[in-house]
Amino acid sequence: MLTYNKPTTVDEAIVLLQQPQPAARVLAGGTDLLVQLRSGRLAAQGLVDLKRIPELRALRAEQGGFRIGAAVSGAELGEHAALKAMWPGVVEAANLIGSTQIQGRASLGGNLCNASPAADSVPALIAAGARCTIAGPSGRREVPVETVVTGPGKTSLAPGEFVVDFLLPAQAPRGGDAYLRFIPRTEMDIAVVGVSVNLTLDDAGLCTAARLAVGAVAPTARLVEAAGTSLVGTAVDEAALAAMMAAVRAACAPINDKRGTIEFRTHVAGVLAGRAARIALDRARMRT
Amino acid sequence: MSKHHISTTINGEPVEFLCDTAQTLLDVLRDELGLTGSKEGCGSGDCGACSVRVEGRLVCACLVLAAEVDGCEVETIEGVAQGNVLHPLQQVFLDEAALQCGICTPGIIVAAKALLEKNLDPTEEEIRFWLAGNLCRCTGYDKIVRAVQKAASVMRSA
Repeated sequence: MLTYNKPTTVDEAIVLLQQPQPAARVLAGGTDLLVQLRSGRLAAQGLVDLKRIPELRALRAEQGGFRIGAAVSGAELGEHAALKAMWPGVVEAANLIGSTQIQGRASLGGNLCNASPAADSVPALIAAGARCTIAGPSGRREVPVETVVTGPGKTSLAPGEFVVDFLLPAQAPRGGDAYLRFIPRTEMDIAVVGVSVNLTLDDAGLCTAARLAVGAVAPTARLVEAAGTSLVGTAVDEAALAAMMAAVRAACAPINDKRGTIEFRTHVAGVLAGRAARIALDRARMRT
Repeated sequence: MSKHHISTTINGEPVEFLCDTAQTLLDVLRDELGLTGSKEGCGSGDCGACSVRVEGRLVCACLVLAAEVDGCEVETIEGVAQGNVLHPLQQVFLDEAALQCGICTPGIIVAAKALLEKNLDPTEEEIRFWLAGNLCRCTGYDKIVRAVQKAASVMRSA
């Protein structure tokens, strides 16, 4: 029989996740978990619903950026004007997940820990330099988002650990981010390729920092450091964009399936990186 | 294990029920409470036929555990009409025949009502994106979109 508990503190949740051993699962929005349970792909003896823990539902300004509870819904992110103004790419990526109904429940914590290579919000969080707080039996630790997912359906979380919240840093005064994905429809689909770009300009309009991350083109979302490096020190002109796009393509190791061949996904990753960089550039310029 | 005792408010009325963890909100609405207006299409959050609102948020009742709604406000299609007076969306859907088999209609009405409460003058594109998670295999959507636009105009002039 499946147990259900709704702790109201992080410490209570940590205890509940260790019993019954070994298969109590974290429930946030449930938009992946309940489908997996119903299909029999996932066996669980217990569910620990984290949505009654205030920390996991809070969204507040902190250190010039934002702290976002792991169970805050996509709809709530989309309604937060200040968050959207500072990190439009992150919010757009989160809001691309599923339908309006799914947005009412789906969360950043769930999108990350479900560990799909195609999760839309994950490249955007990585490009933004987001960190997450993980709580568990041995206390709390804070890690960069890119260290959490280790493979399809696999994370670096130890048994009993869960993501409490995300810290999005302050965006640079002349910084901008953008996320683009390719799907063969206009809505309600899973990324065939996803790319996020976050870049910063100086007063002369030269790029001083850039982070690019790709999704759905490798077993996990990837930070492509070489792509960021190829933009730094440039005016993000055509030559710099071409070098960046080549670096993005070099980082791709996609699957080959009916939704996109290896060649297609690799090519499109470069194209989307170029387009996302132009959007991020416009946003960085508009912030001054 | 004993069942969960859940106290909730459904369409403004206090409701208590017992459920197992594995029962979804949709299971309880339909099978325990007799509220069969919400339909089960896919059971995986893709079709929107089970659209309801929990704490005002539009969700798929098939992807919510009944145990999760303890202390929450739930609104279903049964709460959309005021007694015998249909909501403008319901009246316009009838007048304009914006349905054929009708299975998707309760979910679409609930979803469209949530949209019109946020935005009483949505564009066609906004309506189509908002309702992208409500599948209709009969109408081709045009009549649905036009009915939502007309209901919005009725509500604006009310």
